[in-house]
Parts: sequence; structure tokens; C-alpha cells
Amino acid sequence: MRFWLIQTFNGISYGALLFLLGSGLSLIFGVMRIVNLSHGSYFLLGGYVALSVILATGSWVLAIPIAALSLALVGLVMERVFLRRLGFDPLRQVLLTVGFAFLFQQAALDIWGGDNKDIVPPAALTRTAVVGGLFLPGYRVFMIAVAMAIGLILWLVMEHTRLGAAVRATVDDAQMARGVGIDTSRISMFIFALGAFLAALGGVIGGGFLGIYPGLDFQILPIAFAVVIIGGMGSLAGAAIGSLLVGIADNFGKALFPEISYFTLYAPMALILALRPTGLFGRE
Amino acid sequence: MTSRTRAVAVAGVLLGLALIAPFTNSFVILLITRALILAILAMSLDILLGFTGLPSLGQAAYLGIGAYLTAILATKFDFGLGWSFWAVLLLGMLLAAATAAFFGLFAVRASGVYFLMITLALGQCVWGLAYRWNSMTGGDNGINLPRRPAFAIQLASDVAYFYVVFGLFAASLLALYVLVKSPFGRSLEGIREREVRMRTLGYNTWLHKYLAFIIAGGFGGLAGVLWAHANGHVSPEDVVLTTSVDALLMVVLGGPGTLVGGAIGAAVVLFLREYLSTLVPWWQYVLGAVYILTILYLPDGLMGIAARGRRSDIVLGRPEGAKDPAVS
Repeated sequence: MRFWLIQTFNGISYGALLFLLGSGLSLIFGVMRIVNLSHGSYFLLGGYVALSVILATGSWVLAIPIAALSLALVGLVMERVFLRRLGFDPLRQVLLTVGFAFLFQQAALDIWGGDNKDIVPPAALTRTAVVGGLFLPGYRVFMIAVAMAIGLILWLVMEHTRLGAAVRATVDDAQMARGVGIDTSRISMFIFALGAFLAALGGVIGGGFLGIYPGLDFQILPIAFAVVIIGGMGSLAGAAIGSLLVGIADNFGKALFPEISYFTLYAPMALILALRPTGLFGRE
Repeated sequence: MTSRTRAVAVAGVLLGLALIAPFTNSFVILLITRALILAILAMSLDILLGFTGLPSLGQAAYLGIGAYLTAILATKFDFGLGWSFWAVLLLGMLLAAATAAFFGLFAVRASGVYFLMITLALGQCVWGLAYRWNSMTGGDNGINLPRRPAFAIQLASDVAYFYVVFGLFAASLLALYVLVKSPFGRSLEGIREREVRMRTLGYNTWLHKYLAFIIAGGFGGLAGVLWAHANGHVSPEDVVLTTSVDALLMVVLGGPGTLVGGAIGAAVVLFLREYLSTLVPWWQYVLGAVYILTILYLPDGLMGIAARGRRSDIVLGRPEGAKDPAVS
């Protein structure tokens, strides 16, 4: 019983981190139909930028917005200057974003070096909470809280603002959305920057949990795609459920049958794509 | 360029390569050998991407299956290190083709961006097994092969192995060339240009795409067997997402739908990854730039430059804008 509770909790907290990464990717996919292979790089660079801010100012709290906003700017430039020119061609978009991922990888190596780094969160967040006889690491509780807060904000924006309605319309039918006067080009720009913002945020938060090291970008990227596909593209609720499922499945997979643990993650992803390409909870 | 002059040019380059290679040092020979193996992988992907219009993000899976089969048979069963090397070659192709036949049941239904995603997921399944199935694959460490096969000739010699790989590359090129020029290959091109029209004309487009998927998998497996013996080592690194993406770049950089273009792309990418990386620490900037510049400025790849130079006297070529698999 104890084992199941602890593993479930660990799975949920990992899922919380995946939500930060996956929600942005899902929105980008939904709005622009882009397979963005530099999304993992935003996550990694977010962590590295935060590291530098902490080194310079000593403030972890300040590092979060600075890292997230600078990566949002990177995403914005990438979308405006490069992706925009390609039009709709999935293959060329994929290769372009990979090219950027390699550039980012090299830049990160040159600036921050090849050693494993850790983002040390404030001591207040690393205390251990005791709930019903279970020892819960405070940082994991914090991750869940952040994901819930971000999820709530995103949901409010998507469901209750004009901007959110425009985004939903673009996901559902970009052509019609343009027809009724929605500037889908601006929506794309906004969503791409938002996605980079969320991924970088995930990188800062995740840096205190996974660490920050070269190769993390391409390691976390396919997992983020699993979240997006299983949950359903372009849907916030889908991203939330997808990240929870993947987080829990990943944890139990590694604990119960480690030899096929990644297989148990990607096989359902392929199966869902074959049977229901819009994901379990995607917008039709 | 007529197809005859092109064939002569390709044969000339290959002949030159076969004559010059033995006189270079062993590092260069191994580099060329590995480039030829990746060229087989790139050509296998070109059957899907260039001729059928299916961009696969998981072609490394078949390379991995061939490579791991070779390593597991060699280390656990001591099989494939003599004349049985040729049996392993065949087994590698068959197992990879069989895997593709299974994966294809899921993947071939999808198109456009969904095909990209599903092949990514299937490729990651193979990677996950390679990475985690410790008792079989050695996990993160991979498997070291005992030695290269020895039968009438000692493949331990890099020059001898180069000639074996060279022969198999030439045979693959020829086989795939015959395939794409056959009525079947022409139908694949028809599917790439307008699938709906082909279906209306009575072609079973699903079956065509499915067979192309299997053939591509088989040749990927062939490359995998050779890859394992070239390196003497297999590891999950051979199956990672970036290997699949590299294969896509090779085809797009060289020129999709030309076969030879994929081989040229393979040589360029391998040169950057394996040679430039020994010279300068910032080689990844070059690799990233090649990706970006190819996409922005070389829509038809390097082979397209050659074709463009002659476009003035040939009023022919693929209709522009017809390459849009997502619309069909």
C-alpha cells in the first residue's frame, strides 16, 4: 500500500513537470501543426539561463521569470523569422527545428560547459512534509502546486478571454478562423512564444529535480511528445491528463518492469496515434 | 542530364572510390565505409520520403534492429562470424522487414504530420527496448562485438571490409534503382504527387505504401548489420531520435527522390559528425547551420542544384506545389 501511494505521488509530481513541458507543445501542435523538435532545447536553456541568473544575483525567485521570458523571446524570433517562411510543410519544419536544437546544444555547451549542474531551490521548498505517515518531499509538492496554478491560469485564459477563444478557433479550423477575421498569424506567434515560456519554466523547476546537463534536451523531448499525443493535441485538459498518465506510467514502469519501461510508454503512444490520431481527449 | 549520362557518372564516381580508397589511411577507409553504410540507410528512407512522400521519423529503428541482431547472434550464439555472416545479412534484412511489416500496420494509415509522429513513437519503442532491456541488449553500455567475420577473406582488415560494404552498397543502389524505375516505383511516385487520383484510378494505394514501408525497413536492416561490424559496437545511440533525424537530413540535403542524393547527403552528414568533430570543438554549429540552410535555400537538395543549372534547356520536372501530402 505504502509503495503504491509513494509511487503514485512520485508519478503525479513528475507528471506536473511534464505538464509544463507538454501543455505548450500541445498548444503549438494544435494551432500550427508543427512538430517542434527544439522544444526540449527551450526546457534545457531555461534551466541554464536560470542557473546564470542565480549565479549573478543569488535570487532563485528572480531566475524563474527571467529564464521563461528570455526563452519566450527566442521562440518568438524563431517563429517570426524562420518558421513563418516555410508555410505548411511538416518535414521542413521538423528539420528546421532540429537544426536550431543542434545550434542551441552547441551554444549551451560553449557557455555553460559539459558538467552536470543543479539548480538549488530555496531551503523553504526542500523541507519534507509528513502527511498521514507518508514522507512527501516538499519540492515535489511544490512542483504539483506550480503545475496546478499554471494549468488554472491557462484554462482561465483559454476559456474566458477573447484571446483564448481566438486560439481555440484556430485549433479547430484555422481557415475558418481567418475567414471570420482572426489574425491567425499573430495567434501562432503568441502560442509559440507561450510554449517556449512554459518549457523554460519547466526547465527551471525541473532543474531542481532532474538536474541540468547536456543531452537532457533530446532526452525529455520524446516524452513530451508522448504527453501531447496521449492527451490530445491542442487541448489543455488533454495535456493535463496526458502528463498525469505518462508521469504515473513512467514511474510504475520503472519500478515494476524496468526492462520494458520505455516500451510501455511509446507503444501506447503509437497505438493511440493509429486508432485515434487526435489523442484520447483531443479536440476533434 | 539524361539517365544514361547520370548512370555513367555514378558508376565513374563509384569506380574511382573503389580504386582510391585502399591507398588512403585506415581512418579514412573506415570513414568511407561508414558513409556507404549510412548511404544505404538514406536510400532506404528515400524510397519512403522521396518516392512515396512519407516522411519517416523512425528509420533508425531498422538500423538498430539489424545491428542488435548481429551483435546478439555474435556474442550469445557465436553465429555470423564465418560464412554465416551472409546468413546474418539476410536475417537482418528479414527481421527488419518483418518489424516494418508490423509497424506499417499502424503507420501507413497515417499521413503528413501524423505519419511523422507515429513513426517517431515506433522508433522510440525500439530505442526504449535497446536502452532498457539490459539482459538482451546490454542497456546503456550496448554490446561489443568479438571480431569481424572471417571466411575466405579476413574482414578484420579495413580494406577487405570496405570492399564488402562497397559491393553491398552498389548492389543496393542497383536494386533500388530497378525498383523505382519499375511500374511499382512509378505508382509510388504517383501516390506522392496525388494519392486521391491514384486511388480513383484503381490503385490500392495502401498496399503500395505498405510494401514501400517494408522494403525500406529491409534495407535499413541491411545497413544495420554492416553498421554493427563497422563499429565493432552497438549501443542505444545508434537508435536515438537524432539518428532518424540525421537520416531525414541526408535525404533532404542530397535531394529527395534521387537515391544518389541520399548517398551524397550521408557522406556530408557523416563527414560533419565524424571528421569535423575531430578538428574543431564547435562543429555542431556547422551541423545545425547545414540543417537550417538546407531547409531555407535548398528545397531540392544538392542534386537540385545540378538539375537547376540545366533547367533552361529542359522544360520538364516535377510540378511545383504538388508535393503536399497533407492535402490529399
